[in-house]
Amino acid sequence: MPAPIRLRELIRTIRTARTQAEEREMIQKECAAIRSSFREEDNTYRCRNVAKLLYMHMLGYPAHFGQLECLKLIASQKFTDKRIGYLGAMLLLDERQDVHLLMTNCIKNDLNHSTQYVQGLALCTLGCMGSSEMCRDLAGEVEKLLKTSNSYLRKKAALCAVHVIRKVPELMEMFLPATKNLLNEKNHGVLHTSVVLLTEMCERSPDMLAHFRKLVPQLVRILKNLIMSGYSPEHDVSGISDPFLQVRILRLLRILGRNDDDSSEAMNDILAQVATNTETSKNVGNAILYETVLTIMDIKSESGLRVLAINILGRFLLNNDKNIRYVALTSLLKTVQTDHNAVQRHRSTIVDCLKDLDVSIKRRAMELSFALVNGNNVRGMMKELLYFLDSCEPEFKADCASGIFLAAEKYAPSKRWHIDTIMRVLTTAGSYVRDDAVPNLIQLITNSVEMHAYTVQRLYKAILGDYSQQPLVQVASWCIGEYGDLLVSGQCEEEEPIQATEDEVLDILESVLISNMSASVTRGYALTAIMKLSTRFTCTVNRIKKVVSIYGSSIDVELQQRAVEYNALFKKYDHMRPALLERMPVMEKVTTNGPTEIVQTNGETEPAVLETKPPPSGLQPASQANDLLDLLGGSDITPVIPTAPTSKPASAGGELLDLLGDLNLTGSPVSAPVPQIAQPPFLLDGLSSQPLFNDIAAGIPSITAYNKNGLKIDFTFERSNTNPSVTVITIQASNSTELDMTDFVFQAAVPKTFQLQLLSPSSSVIPAFNSGTITQVIKVLNPQKPSEAGLKTVIQQT
Amino acid sequence: MIKFFLMVNKQGQTRLSRYYEHVEINKRTMLEAEVIKKCLSRSKDQCSFIEYKDFKLVYRQYAALFVVVGINETENEMAVYELIHNFVEVLDKYFSRVVSEILTLIRNISYFSKLSYVSHLRE
Repeated sequence: MPAPIRLRELIRTIRTARTQAEEREMIQKECAAIRSSFREEDNTYRCRNVAKLLYMHMLGYPAHFGQLECLKLIASQKFTDKRIGYLGAMLLLDERQDVHLLMTNCIKNDLNHSTQYVQGLALCTLGCMGSSEMCRDLAGEVEKLLKTSNSYLRKKAALCAVHVIRKVPELMEMFLPATKNLLNEKNHGVLHTSVVLLTEMCERSPDMLAHFRKLVPQLVRILKNLIMSGYSPEHDVSGISDPFLQVRILRLLRILGRNDDDSSEAMNDILAQVATNTETSKNVGNAILYETVLTIMDIKSESGLRVLAINILGRFLLNNDKNIRYVALTSLLKTVQTDHNAVQRHRSTIVDCLKDLDVSIKRRAMELSFALVNGNNVRGMMKELLYFLDSCEPEFKADCASGIFLAAEKYAPSKRWHIDTIMRVLTTAGSYVRDDAVPNLIQLITNSVEMHAYTVQRLYKAILGDYSQQPLVQVASWCIGEYGDLLVSGQCEEEEPIQATEDEVLDILESVLISNMSASVTRGYALTAIMKLSTRFTCTVNRIKKVVSIYGSSIDVELQQRAVEYNALFKKYDHMRPALLERMPVMEKVTTNGPTEIVQTNGETEPAVLETKPPPSGLQPASQANDLLDLLGGSDITPVIPTAPTSKPASAGGELLDLLGDLNLTGSPVSAPVPQIAQPPFLLDGLSSQPLFNDIAAGIPSITAYNKNGLKIDFTFERSNTNPSVTVITIQASNSTELDMTDFVFQAAVPKTFQLQLLSPSSSVIPAFNSGTITQVIKVLNPQKPSEAGLKTVIQQT
Repeated sequence: MIKFFLMVNKQGQTRLSRYYEHVEINKRTMLEAEVIKKCLSRSKDQCSFIEYKDFKLVYRQYAALFVVVGINETENEMAVYELIHNFVEVLDKYFSRVVSEILTLIRNISYFSKLSYVSHLRE
């Protein structure tokens, strides 16, 4: 068997390969040769073979069959063998393989070897891939070596100790006594690794942190020596003496000074000195300044020092070097929370960075710009950010759009500006807008009542040209469905009204439905919008009927269901259609961030849901008014009960019912049941995927609880089917006197076995002359099966 | 903390790789290919720090060779940038003409095995 080729030859051969396949072939041939050589147990060439194997492993080829060979090499007495063996162990073995434990004994012996180089190898390997068992066994040896006077070994032992602590944190105390003298060394290697060890210990254990605080003066002294000392060829990097050690010490000072006044004070001088004395012409100096700034920001430094730090960052921002600018933007982002005003001063430079060519810088500048937007600069910043949105890379557009929406919501100077900004975002980055932005936008639009005509007109114009951007089309179809009548009647104060006929509007909605680019959700929006227009438009109802009936046989199940139900609406329930498709009321926003808040809807109306529900409530006579009242009654219960998961169900339910109360104020309940009933189901549609009206139950007739002195209080009772022991009582109070009743408070008490929940009333003022009512809901839980419940009511009025 | 240290040439061939955390061997090649693609697509006047997945890449180009270091967010990027340069200078002094003498570099791979994330290389 010829001698195996040397590593050098192998590398040369591999480099001649011109394709990946050729290379693979060569490597496979060599692997086969190596494997047969291993099988022959050849001691002389084992070292060479393993070296080649390691090279091939580095190129990405599997080399696991060499693991045992590494172990054999480690056990050998020759240094060259040991060296390659340990190297192989570091690269090929880790705690996942079972064989690694076999190394423990070898390492133990080598840690006590007479030659420092062998000891060094063993320390390196242990520090690189030692598992927790190995570390536990060998920690004592490492600790012994940490106290030795040989600096070559001491520094390696320190790094090995770091690894041991990472793997087995309980052993930290073992290394504590050895750390006493570590910082007294002159040798920079030992100093450096000791600082690393101390950093690791302080990060892991607050007790250690407290213990090592007393080292701050010593660290400060070392740092001072580094800065003040003259040129030392051994440690010089571009004119600065051992910058790596300086950076490490600064980092340790940061950890020690955090949240501690005394240590921070001890550091103030040295930090100021480093900040002012360091050469900034080379990258090295800037690296040290960067670390200094981070430290100043993190500890409890005095304000003068903080100002110095922000100024340094400002100088960095103006530097031509991209790396420095990037680093400055990153640090400013960290400090913008605490030192907002100081950072504001550099706002114009930051905004300029948005136009930079570099992707990393742009991203940082964008994040920082969002953090800097406030009430004063919102218009200017928005202009820049919108311009950025136009021109940035696609990976930024989603984040930028969300950021703009958030900022606009918080600081919008006027509703029109807000809507304009949103429109601009939708038209420029329409397809990148996140899905949850659509319901937010719709709610915003409904809230700005006076802008409806303007909004719908602009949206209509936007999708006339291009209806491929899904979020834009969704919002636009929703608005057209709601406010289509404003669109065709051409009333718009803010802008030139456009001439749009009903047919044109229906054309565009139909093209959205037909288009291949529209997502299924968008089609749903469009179909519902068309349906809503059947009440708003006058001449095109037949056309709408036709469209809706076509989609009754659509392949898309969602569309088909909607179409079928809308068809039914046309055919069987035509009398209810106007009521059901009435305009949505102003929605209250409960929180800005909650994705599952009750009141946020997806803008969808589900009159179809109502369709299937009237049968269950057939307890009542079949008159139209009663049907609708039942639905109103039903709708009282359900939002209150199933939405327990939100943290404030009471208030949310109360607000919803406030809205119901508001509706009541528009007219007394009996005379105009139709418009009132229409609205609550829409609100309740937003209750995500709740089978809203399954729980309708009636059966207890309403009573007039109190009728004296012009104050009339009606109770309506409902019992929930899902929870039969809960009865919901709706109180309506009306006032037939000539004066308003103010400060109306309703309290109730029940026997001990019952639980009572009183939700907030719609208002505390009952207007005079029966012109309005207050509504309040009480829930009574009766855990025992039916029994009489007495309800004591206390009415205070002024 | 340094996650990995790579030396890759312009054609995408790895000259040296050292991982300080366990990464599957097939994932390594993928990682290296992606990393070199990102570095190659940068122009000369763009900054040397790239954000990639959940760590940062610090890279430096020396003729046809790219030295790329992957770090996490606790590390000072500029210090690592300086470390790369220091490393290459040492190699240069030790082996003369580093860039073309990859052979000697590989042959003495045992020296580079002692690359802990902080080590005083001149010792």
